[in-house]
Amino acid sequence: MSSLDSRSPEPSYLGASRGIRSWLFTVDHKRIGVMYLVATTIFMMFGGILAGVLRMELFTAAGDLVDPDAYNRMFTLHGSIMVFLVIIPAAPAVIGNFVLPLMLGARDVAFPRLNLASFHIYLAGAALLLLAMILGSFDTGWTFYTPYSTSTSGPVAWALTGVFILGFSSILTGLNFIVTIHKMRAPGMSWFRMPLLLWALYATSAVQLLATPVLAITVLLLVLERTIGVGIFDPALGGDPILFQHFFWFYSHPAVYIMILPAFGIVSEMVAVHAQRPIFGYKGIALSSLSIAIVGSLVWGHHMFTSGQSIYASVLFSFLTFFVAIPTAIKVFSWVATLYRGDIQITPPMMYVFTFLALFMIGGLTGVVLGALSLDVHLHDTYFVVAHFHYVMMGGAIIAYIGGLHHWWPKIFGRMYPKRLASITSVLVFVSFNMTFFPMFLVGSRGMPRRYYEYIATFESLNQIATVGALLLGTSLFLTLGYLIWGALYGPAASRNPWNGLSLEWRTESPPIEHNFHGQPTVSGGPYDYPVGPEIPSGDGIGVSA
Amino acid sequence: MSDTSTSAQRPAWVASFFESATQQRSAANLGMWLFIGQEILFFSGLFMAYIAYRWLYPDTWLSGADALNKTMGTANTVVLLTSSLTMVLAIRELQVDRIRASIRYIVATVVLGVVFLGVKSVEYAHKFEEGILPGLHYSGESVEGMAGLFFGIYFALTGLHALHVIIGLGLLVWLARRIHLGLVTSENDSLAENIGLYWHLVDLVWIFLFPMLYLVR
Repeated sequence: MSSLDSRSPEPSYLGASRGIRSWLFTVDHKRIGVMYLVATTIFMMFGGILAGVLRMELFTAAGDLVDPDAYNRMFTLHGSIMVFLVIIPAAPAVIGNFVLPLMLGARDVAFPRLNLASFHIYLAGAALLLLAMILGSFDTGWTFYTPYSTSTSGPVAWALTGVFILGFSSILTGLNFIVTIHKMRAPGMSWFRMPLLLWALYATSAVQLLATPVLAITVLLLVLERTIGVGIFDPALGGDPILFQHFFWFYSHPAVYIMILPAFGIVSEMVAVHAQRPIFGYKGIALSSLSIAIVGSLVWGHHMFTSGQSIYASVLFSFLTFFVAIPTAIKVFSWVATLYRGDIQITPPMMYVFTFLALFMIGGLTGVVLGALSLDVHLHDTYFVVAHFHYVMMGGAIIAYIGGLHHWWPKIFGRMYPKRLASITSVLVFVSFNMTFFPMFLVGSRGMPRRYYEYIATFESLNQIATVGALLLGTSLFLTLGYLIWGALYGPAASRNPWNGLSLEWRTESPPIEHNFHGQPTVSGGPYDYPVGPEIPSGDGIGVSA
Repeated sequence: MSDTSTSAQRPAWVASFFESATQQRSAANLGMWLFIGQEILFFSGLFMAYIAYRWLYPDTWLSGADALNKTMGTANTVVLLTSSLTMVLAIRELQVDRIRASIRYIVATVVLGVVFLGVKSVEYAHKFEEGILPGLHYSGESVEGMAGLFFGIYFALTGLHALHVIIGLGLLVWLARRIHLGLVTSENDSLAENIGLYWHLVDLVWIFLFPMLYLVR
């Protein structure tokens, strides 16, 4: 450890080379992570502004701000951008890319050039998806349901090709991470000494690798259906639109675990580090990630309870959906148990842990409600589903991702953002989030359908609360973006280990040097070996040997 | 495990971020196996469609299989299986440092792949002449029931498979060149091994397609 400080300073990965080409064609996982950060942030802003316009349209019961066609196009784009361009890549490709090799004590991922290719493929897919927006009326919703998607004249084929290409990026990132975790762990880092984020990313990658190709063939068949009328989803030719729904959800339900599993991993890291406690139930959390990935791949039919699928299939899908709640609850209880008697630091990442726990609990439990067959028939396609989805995907995945950015920001940029402002903003985010989405549970349970640009006047006041909340939420997120950028550029220099974390990424410079570590780090203990009582001395299990 | 002790013996083709040649090789192999896993799931969507509609329209499937040319299908199966053999021999020759023989076997594999595509295009041309086209455009007479659907699945499956053959041929040509330039050797043969794995996957998919489409009873 001490030998590190005596060496002459090496430039950080940020300053190792200069110029736009040194970024766009880098194979350094850290720079690729930062490029994904920039790209997903721009798309998140775009998708968020669309959501703002949608909410303003819904401020009054009458459709007065935009015409119905524009409304359909906007919610389609909002959904497609947020799902395919933001939430799926955000946590794995931004935080995963930056942190995964560092946590493993590796110099890079297993296939750095493939990693760069993933990013370029992502940009190409994003360009096609946005091209579809410009070319005409792309208004199928992000779910592309047949027969509308095969009969409408809009530029659906462009969007589908974009999604197909984005899938490749996701598959290659997943493949890269699995191989890296298998083959490139530092000496001494056994599977059960890995930080829990790595377990979560491993489970995520497995789903990315095995479910995404099914989406690829699905959208390919949809393109074939539109171009040459292949017939697989067309009842007139003997095909079946329900088969499309099976194919689509076989990917797109596991896709929500691609979005939420890395968030679970991020929360596991933050809760242990910011409570300075050994994580409660390490193996339970680690293995529940895998069991969520496995069982979560078998529940797709719960999106189709009202589609006319076999009632026996529905019963089975409903049961399996309830079953996913068990490993999820294991995680939530373990996080809360970690906090018990912990030395809780009220830092911005910890504030986001609290926000996540509250919002994800609501999102998760309403998911169980929707998994119940009889209730789902009533709630299907209402704002209740929209609220549930946003509590899980935004309140869960995005909130944990933003918390993770606060956690690793000093590591990524070597500078600290204003912590007090960040903690206050996180409260604003929490309040305005609930203002936006909680009213949707109420109007949804009373029957307000989703995707309509006008509604009956009874629901107006609740919708107005939601719209004001959405504008506040947007403002607080822009504030967050602002102080994070300010922090990265002008904030006070951060130390190597501002939060007293024990995993390997905190043992190198902030920001890290180009090759991550001086010498190969070795591991001789767990990532959360914090002292559990005053009488037990601090065990420094993890060290770096030059 | 430190930098200095390994850098002395590490060959130039081991990338800087790997500890050793063994680590690099096993990473490359695992990566290829995972890629093959996702390929199988890619095809699985069409297999599921095949199963679902065969269940619904068994008579169409029987007469559809009868309309396919079993002789050409069998010939292509033999061609592709033989190409897997020449692929294995190419890797074997590379591993015992017989570079010229290795390249010759790769060329043989490429030739067999081209023969496969040639037979396939003759088959396609015959079908097109009879008006046997996918889905909406089907205007043939020999097949009863949902013939357009059967041939939609037939063309989608065999077309995607042919696309994989074409990609494989490109990879094989690239591999032959890398071997010729001495960039892939008996020591550093994981590229050959992985392209070989890919070629066997292409073969394996056909082994399923042939009985499903041509021989179904």
